[in-house]
Amino acid sequence: MNAAAGNSDAPQGDSRLRYVLRIADTSLVLAQRLGAWVGHAPAIEEDLGLANTALDLLGQARLFLSYAGELEGRGRSEDDLAFLRDEPDILNATLAEMPNGDFGDTIVRQFLVDAYQVELYERLAASTDARLAEIAAKAVKEARYHVRYSASWLVRLGDGTDESHARVQSSLDRLWPYTQEFFDADEVDRAAAADGAGPDLAELRAAWSSRVDAVLAEATLARPRDLAYRWYGKQGRHSEHLGHLLSEMQYLQRSHPGAGW
Amino acid sequence: MSENRDWPLYEIFIRARGGLDHKHVGSVHAADARMAIEHARDLYTRRQEGISVWVVRSVDIVASDPAESDALFEPARDKVYRHPTFYDIPKEVETL
Repeated sequence: MNAAAGNSDAPQGDSRLRYVLRIADTSLVLAQRLGAWVGHAPAIEEDLGLANTALDLLGQARLFLSYAGELEGRGRSEDDLAFLRDEPDILNATLAEMPNGDFGDTIVRQFLVDAYQVELYERLAASTDARLAEIAAKAVKEARYHVRYSASWLVRLGDGTDESHARVQSSLDRLWPYTQEFFDADEVDRAAAADGAGPDLAELRAAWSSRVDAVLAEATLARPRDLAYRWYGKQGRHSEHLGHLLSEMQYLQRSHPGAGW
Repeated sequence: MSENRDWPLYEIFIRARGGLDHKHVGSVHAADARMAIEHARDLYTRRQEGISVWVVRSVDIVASDPAESDALFEPARDKVYRHPTFYDIPKEVETL
């Protein structure tokens, strides 16, 4: 039943592969979500801003997925991994697949992920896994801009009008529970930390928390309580939203296998 | 607040690389200067066009009046001697 249960005694190679896929898929799925804003953002300048972030994330996903394909050793390319895996094999954090909602929902989701990716990539840049370190060193510069963008919007909306404050607080309350998954270490995370390939998640949580708290304070937003319920998108158990996203994202390659430009 | 919901316009100036001047490249709408810099970064530096951005509220730019251009610029037309083109340059001077 539990997709992750079979992996507790998996060889290290498979554990590292899953670890890399989690990072890749979170960027991939969030890029797909952000892409849907093109043509719909509140101003043409924001259209470009969100599209730039989406393209950065897609670029990160490509690098991580290529590395995952090498780790897997079955000759699958980044495209094969992005477009031909089924839902239980996609290992993004659940937060990334949450629907765009209104602009405030998107900004809250973006900020929570951006803050996580900055802290994660900063640590991965010192990974004992040279490939991870190399990709993260490039990605962290992008993530630092992303969090600057999303944090400044969060402050504008939180510390804006009564309506914008109320709406963005409600977005935050709704999306907050999904962040716990980032820091809820399982065997894959523990194996990466033990090798020095990935960070200790308790330490990562503390860094993320203080970054998030500082922005929430400036935005006059209240930090929601943590809930006991956990989501496990990173183990392939997703919300009802991912299947719909994949059916759109993967449609072309599923209908016309191998189609290229 | 409800009277003026449109973001003001900012003029964008980009320095392409060290040693060059900032050049005017266009404009963006933004709620304030910080947002204008972010928008300028997203719109005008996507292809490595710059290493520095200046933003200025469009309303803060004072322009010369086109109707006065005769008075302002015509008098210079017949004063070619203001161009440094009447000097013989010694061969020894290589970079001038």
